Amino acid sequence: MQEIIVVGGGHAGCEASLACARKGHKTLLVTGNIKNIADMPCNPSIGGSAKGIVVREIDALGGEMGRNADKSLLQIKMLNVAKGPAVQALRAQADKITYPKNMLKALQAEENLEIREALVEDLIVQNGTVKGVVLEDGEKLFSEAVILTTGTYLKADILVGDTRTREGPHGEKPSNHLSDKLKEYGFDIIRLKTGTPQRIDKSSIDFSKTKEEKGDSVYRTFSFDNQVYYKIEDQVPCHLIYTQPETHQIIRENLHKSSMYGGLSDIKGVGPRYCPSIEDKIVRFADKERHQLFLEPESLYYDDIYVQGFSTSMPRDVQEKMVHSLPGLEHAKILKYAYAIEYDAIDSKQLKQSLETKVLENLYTAGQINGTSGYEEAACQGLMAGINASLKLEGKEPLILKRNEAYIGVLIDDLVTKGIIDPYRLLTSRAEYRLLLRHDNADMRLREYGYQVGLISQEKYDQFLEKKKKIEEIKELLRTTKITPIPETQEYLATIPTTPLKDGISLYEFLKRPEVQFSHLKHFLEIDSNLEMEEQITVDIKYEGYIVKANKEAEKMVDLDNKKIPEDIDYDKIHNLASEAKQKLKKIMPTSIGQALRISGVNPADISLIMVYLKKEYHHESGRV
Amino acid sequence: MKDTIAAISTALGVGAISIIRVSGEESISIVQKIWKGKNLEEVPTHTIHYGYICDGDKMIDEVLVSVMRAPKTFTKEDIIEINSHGGISTTNSILELLLRNGCRLAEPGEFTKRAFLNGRIDLIEAEGVMDLISSKTEKSRDLALSQMTGNVSSMIHSLREKLSDVIANIEVNIDYPEYEDIEVVTIEKMKESISYFKEEIQKILNRSETGTLIKEGIQTVIIGKPNVGKSSLLNRLLEEEKAIVTEVAGTTRDIVEGDILIDGILLHMIDTAGIHDTSDKVEKIGVQKSLEWIEKADLVLFVLNYNEELEEEEKELLEKVKEKTTILIINKGDLEEKLKLPSLPFPIVKISALQNEGIEELREKIKTLFHLEEIETSDYNYLSSARSISLLKQCLDLTNSIEQGLEQHLPVDMMEIDLKTIWNLLGEITGETYSEELIDTIFSRFCLGK
Repeated sequence: MQEIIVVGGGHAGCEASLACARKGHKTLLVTGNIKNIADMPCNPSIGGSAKGIVVREIDALGGEMGRNADKSLLQIKMLNVAKGPAVQALRAQADKITYPKNMLKALQAEENLEIREALVEDLIVQNGTVKGVVLEDGEKLFSEAVILTTGTYLKADILVGDTRTREGPHGEKPSNHLSDKLKEYGFDIIRLKTGTPQRIDKSSIDFSKTKEEKGDSVYRTFSFDNQVYYKIEDQVPCHLIYTQPETHQIIRENLHKSSMYGGLSDIKGVGPRYCPSIEDKIVRFADKERHQLFLEPESLYYDDIYVQGFSTSMPRDVQEKMVHSLPGLEHAKILKYAYAIEYDAIDSKQLKQSLETKVLENLYTAGQINGTSGYEEAACQGLMAGINASLKLEGKEPLILKRNEAYIGVLIDDLVTKGIIDPYRLLTSRAEYRLLLRHDNADMRLREYGYQVGLISQEKYDQFLEKKKKIEEIKELLRTTKITPIPETQEYLATIPTTPLKDGISLYEFLKRPEVQFSHLKHFLEIDSNLEMEEQITVDIKYEGYIVKANKEAEKMVDLDNKKIPEDIDYDKIHNLASEAKQKLKKIMPTSIGQALRISGVNPADISLIMVYLKKEYHHESGRV
Repeated sequence: MKDTIAAISTALGVGAISIIRVSGEESISIVQKIWKGKNLEEVPTHTIHYGYICDGDKMIDEVLVSVMRAPKTFTKEDIIEINSHGGISTTNSILELLLRNGCRLAEPGEFTKRAFLNGRIDLIEAEGVMDLISSKTEKSRDLALSQMTGNVSSMIHSLREKLSDVIANIEVNIDYPEYEDIEVVTIEKMKESISYFKEEIQKILNRSETGTLIKEGIQTVIIGKPNVGKSSLLNRLLEEEKAIVTEVAGTTRDIVEGDILIDGILLHMIDTAGIHDTSDKVEKIGVQKSLEWIEKADLVLFVLNYNEELEEEEKELLEKVKEKTTILIINKGDLEEKLKLPSLPFPIVKISALQNEGIEELREKIKTLFHLEEIETSDYNYLSSARSISLLKQCLDLTNSIEQGLEQHLPVDMMEIDLKTIWNLLGEITGETYSEELIDTIFSRFCLGK
């Protein structure tokens, strides 16, 4: 019999089942349609600002997404190369056929993992603990833990113009009862909405009217395995176009027909602020003359082109007009119309940092059911839920990443502490210490954890230790190697060009000059390194001052996070606590002073009261010293 | 915090009316015990009642009593304020009576502490109230009041808002790198913003420092050799202003210390005459001793004699006070001029303390030097607590480090890290962000914890 059941085979479900199975637990993945495993129902890309770093983090911890994306690339590029190292991140166009196929292979390769096609409509619950799931036909499947990764399939409604259809993406059957059952068990259910743009037949587009956007001309990989599966010259380009005055005209004239602007009167779902529909953009930014749209290839195996930035819930006839007003798309054939989708999610404040629910023991949730959006956001939660469900069965403490350790930590802490109103997308600005949470150092931050929980093999771990050691050795070498203002050196410096030396300095200090690159150091001595190491060493040295500062700031937060609030604290006993704060504290039950402080509506005065209470009265009452 | 506290909340003996404030769960029932008049337990909240404070059968005073029930009070607890006719002994008797009937004497600032802990006021207001409690002059009371109503908060709020605009813009550039139609914060744009922020922070800081002067008074030291007229100058000034005079023990005829008010600003005057040993013939001016006082002073009044040449020690001292805000005072202007001054960066005022000449001019000079006219305006947007000033200085340092980074062409998103820190520090001033030290500071100031 299975120990863990994962419900849903999207990006969260895949990572969750792989983590559980790889940690040696008999795992059953229940999904509505095996064909839709690791499906990408929206944009055909993996990564992006902040999200790309999450993919690196998933890889460092022993998850699958990075490796799988590397195997399925159409194009890859490093974003923000002109900006600082803290904000650089990879984004890839991934093949919508290859990516799911490769993921399915990975799932099927796991001995402990079984996949079953079925719809889950209820949970088996005994004394507040989940014991398994109930299928659509009433069959009961028992397990010790359940991970729900249902995506947008809880009471999913597809909205196009004035029509509302009860179905999931690709016309799949949604789960109609599970969210009601969750409500009965005590979950607060919220309704969210997201949307996706049209798909256009590639052969009907005149690409001469567009601007080509190519992938990078150096090899890139998400995974620290550094295995390259593509050829630079074979990368498929994207294309940039702009909306036209006519496009805006059409949208304005037909605004009342959009589901969101009156076409449907019963919209409850809250849409994402960061990803507005095109009609939203035109209404809210009325003075903008044009908006950028990207034409992105979906796969090598079929001809759909995804129109990024054009998501809408207009009726089909209006969509036709809108699309045909775009340059190069005058005669475009729409293969799939844009739609909005409304779905149920749970209030993420009812989760613990481990992603176990506070409502039912041994029940974990991950992905869109927790109110996030995005493949990467889903995958990393799936991974953490899988790790923590397994650790619980093993009788071990959960793995909780701190805000200064990983974007994953930022995301989960935001979910459980702040809660969400609109679908949550990870942004660099959500991280306080983004200089510490870089693309290049994800392995330094997290591989140790991956090894400890058993998702990183001894071999990979040894490689990591070797890399770490080498980086330290090189840094030491740079510290101890000095260059002096001899004519030969000055001549070379002039070629960089950088100002001549006045006194001798170490190569370490020399590298801090803005115009000096790691490659320049090789003029002075032989260094046994690879590009990956050089990148990291350069960032560590060049931005040392800022990194030290960020670490100091982070320490303050960690101190507060280490001030634990006991689970049995009774907020009613703390006099004078503001009632809004009391209500929120009771619901969120923060585990530390640091977390309590991040709750909106809890102000420093409330924190002081809690601290005073904990220092004095709590100890008296509980008889502790 | 369950006990009921009481304290005299007006300066003792100064005003015509003194107010005794009582706060806590039992404040109404305790006052009722010593009260003859309407039953205070039954009167509506926020009402004032006429009656008598009595110790048993003995009537202490005829008073007005304000009854304010929680939560709409300063401390969010039940509050009673007893307005008595003043007089030190009457006010003290009422307080004693309250203490005998179950109140505890409030520690300094404890009402504010309760207001803060009960979530009634934010940090900056709490600190404003603390200043109010210790404010010595009218003007500094105004300043404290203005801080309480949130003027400083709103100044910082608006600066923070502008900061977050820039921060948000940079973040968008990071998160949506491919969107060309979003304005990019370039190094040049960043330079502009930074110089604006720097200016604004400097502005608040300058005003804050003046605010400190208003609150704490201007430490003024009068130096000069014996018999040059220091004491008569001080006496003249004190007489002029009819201010509070403290006699210091150990002096015979000279007043060596005293406070004067110039347009409501407190000048704490020290005459070094009584401090050094005048019988020491080797060092007549007492250079060493004077130096120590000069070190602490905000303003140095250097008195010289019109009809004598400069002595060596005087020259030496003139050199030492160059860095200080100094006014040269040339006394005895009615005698023959023998004094020859080297060129000095100080304003000079000629006076005759004996004939009361030039005193008005000196007052004007002091006003100009400390921009006291500017402080005349009713807009007291000054910060006056040392904590706020030190946080603002940190912000200023950060703007400098951003400017340096921009010069080195470091990426804008790196600079933005410091920008965010500034935003957080400003938030700390208004109490919007949390930091452990801040709470520690507050708690140590309010001496909480038994």
